[in-house]
Amino acid sequence: MEQFGDAVLDHSEFRGDVSYTIKAERLTEICEALQGDARLDVKLLSDITCVDWLGDEQEEKKGRFEVVYNLYSIGHCYRFFLKVRLDTDDLKVSSLVDLWPGANWMEREVWDLFGIEFVGHPQLTKILTPDELEGHPLRKDYPLTWEQPQFSFNKDAPPEVIK
Amino acid sequence: MAESKTVTLNMGPQHPSTHGVLRVIVELDGETVVRAEPVVGYLHTGIEKTMESKLYYKALPCTDRMDYLAPMSNNLGYCLAVEKLMDIEIPEKVKWARVCLAELTRLNSHLVWLGTHAIDLGAMSMLLYTFRERELILDIYEACGGQRMMTSYIRIGGLAHELPADFDKKVRSLIKVIREKLHDYETLLTDNEIFINRTRDVAVISAEDAIAWSLTGPMLRGSGVKYDVRKANPYSGYENFDFEVPIGKKGDAYDRYLVRLEEMRQSLNIAEQALDGMPEGPYRAHVPGVVLPPKEDILYKMESMIFHFKIITDGFTAPKGSVYQAIESPKGEIGFFITGDGTNRPRRVRVRPPSFINLAALPKLCAGRLFSDVVCAIGSTDIVLGEVDR
Amino acid sequence: MGLEEKIPDSIILTSLDKMVNWARKRSMWPLGFGLACCAIEMMSTFAAHFDLARYGMEVMRPSPRQADLMIVAGRVSMKMAPVVKTLYEQMPNPKWVISMGACASCGGVFNNYAILQGVDRIIPVDIYVPGCPPRPEQLLDGILKLQEKVERESLKDKREEWGREAG
Repeated sequence: MEQFGDAVLDHSEFRGDVSYTIKAERLTEICEALQGDARLDVKLLSDITCVDWLGDEQEEKKGRFEVVYNLYSIGHCYRFFLKVRLDTDDLKVSSLVDLWPGANWMEREVWDLFGIEFVGHPQLTKILTPDELEGHPLRKDYPLTWEQPQFSFNKDAPPEVIK
Repeated sequence: MAESKTVTLNMGPQHPSTHGVLRVIVELDGETVVRAEPVVGYLHTGIEKTMESKLYYKALPCTDRMDYLAPMSNNLGYCLAVEKLMDIEIPEKVKWARVCLAELTRLNSHLVWLGTHAIDLGAMSMLLYTFRERELILDIYEACGGQRMMTSYIRIGGLAHELPADFDKKVRSLIKVIREKLHDYETLLTDNEIFINRTRDVAVISAEDAIAWSLTGPMLRGSGVKYDVRKANPYSGYENFDFEVPIGKKGDAYDRYLVRLEEMRQSLNIAEQALDGMPEGPYRAHVPGVVLPPKEDILYKMESMIFHFKIITDGFTAPKGSVYQAIESPKGEIGFFITGDGTNRPRRVRVRPPSFINLAALPKLCAGRLFSDVVCAIGSTDIVLGEVDR
Repeated sequence: MGLEEKIPDSIILTSLDKMVNWARKRSMWPLGFGLACCAIEMMSTFAAHFDLARYGMEVMRPSPRQADLMIVAGRVSMKMAPVVKTLYEQMPNPKWVISMGACASCGGVFNNYAILQGVDRIIPVDIYVPGCPPRPEQLLDGILKLQEKVERESLKDKREEWGREAG
């Protein structure tokens, strides 16, 4: 990771898990280099997920959403994480579908549940929630028990927001 | 001149292949599949958001309901992740007991897979045989945790209760019975001409494609890639066990069948080794303030009672940071990504679902094949809709 | 010299209600509709150990047009709810519904945006079987109670009810 010196914002290790926070614009470049490097042998993209830091002021200053890429090297049995911080007004990050076709559904799920737009994705549509549901359920400001479409007619009862 | 158009067929959310509510939109040109696109989300339960709104202990039963054919392995993954986050040391006996239960869970899941895959392809009696063997495993689950399927027996810091007194005897007799029955299943299916015709060269995926599509588990091992989390990044004492990881050659449905059958045999070996070498010791770690004290102590010691009360009502505070713990579930690599944020509720619980990611490769497996191979491909991918949709 | 001696041995006297109900309860065909974890327990109930075929439910019909009994086994999510309603309407009369498990009866463990809090919000349910998941014996108990309920029905009431539903 030293060759990308200026793109790497932070390097941390917690309980044995190594993670690098990088800038959103350099993501595709870094992933291409990692995939092409035969010595590192990072070929398996395990997971793409997102964390919403709403409510925690210290973390929110760095960016409310944190997209986490879980990369694994089968040859070296080594796992590490790439983290990208995004602000609420600029929820765009480039898609990795060209490098790893398996990222297709993972990115659709993050779009559906969090609202992060993946630029260059061939078909960014809802995958898990019903079509009538508006909004992105796993965000912290979406209440847990708010039914869409309405079955229990609880429009008047205040919905419960879990922080 | 006749124009040929493609027919779009809907294999709706309710269909007799007993895999749950999966919808596949198939575009057919005669009998050949042009495109097969799965539509999921019919069982979306919002488990991740529910777990984020509960204390760490109370979120544990939600994990059972995700991959409901292998409930103990989900419990194990979640508990290992939370123990990693809180940096808790586990006693040796608990590690060995967890390995034994995890391998019984693998047997459980693979038996159901074998039964349903065979009945999809026409061998109806396999379902009845495998469910009969499964009853023996469910008896053991009931003796341990009180419930047949959703036991929640593996808890944070150890096990829920002490292992039952006849655990050793029951598991040994189970191993003997299933070893004979596996031989029976092999004689029924492995050299069966109809079964081979239906699964040879069907749903083929090469090793490079399998890695590019992020497949894990028997799907990846059937294509020849040697990746098993139990060997690569061992957890819960797996480095002390001696077992082999079966690998396929071609990556078709028949290879995956052979891989899973061999995995069942290896699971029996591991369970036997676990019983032979199980050490004595406490069934729960002693970390006051985080791990619940044993029930017997609560009646006699004041501190235990106070800790019990506090942990149940208020939970423990987790440090700020994210951990990821991957384990080898019967379906593939299941990983729990838990982010703590200094309070007693997790900020994000993410489950890396092997079935969801394996199912994404279905269009690749089915393109250009016949329509009946779609059913075989779905069965060979071994999906559980509870995990796909969470 | 009573009436009983005048009737030949080969004639059984009963009411039409009783005969029809006896035939209906002894040969219900369930619709194979398993959604989640309870579906596995339902499959166990149909399998060899706890056999459901001895109660007449030999065949599990995949098509709703050929089934009488819908066992809703598992959690019904919001995306699945219109599908359940369509399947229920496709079933011809007489039909019965068993709601198996806590999630189908009342939402169960999951009280959130994605799960319908009880399938009785969209279709009428005859028997609720609690449990998470219910043991096969509990499901058998539920089915036996449904058979008792069917025994008590009357053709006249059902005709009026269906007439009202048809509008």
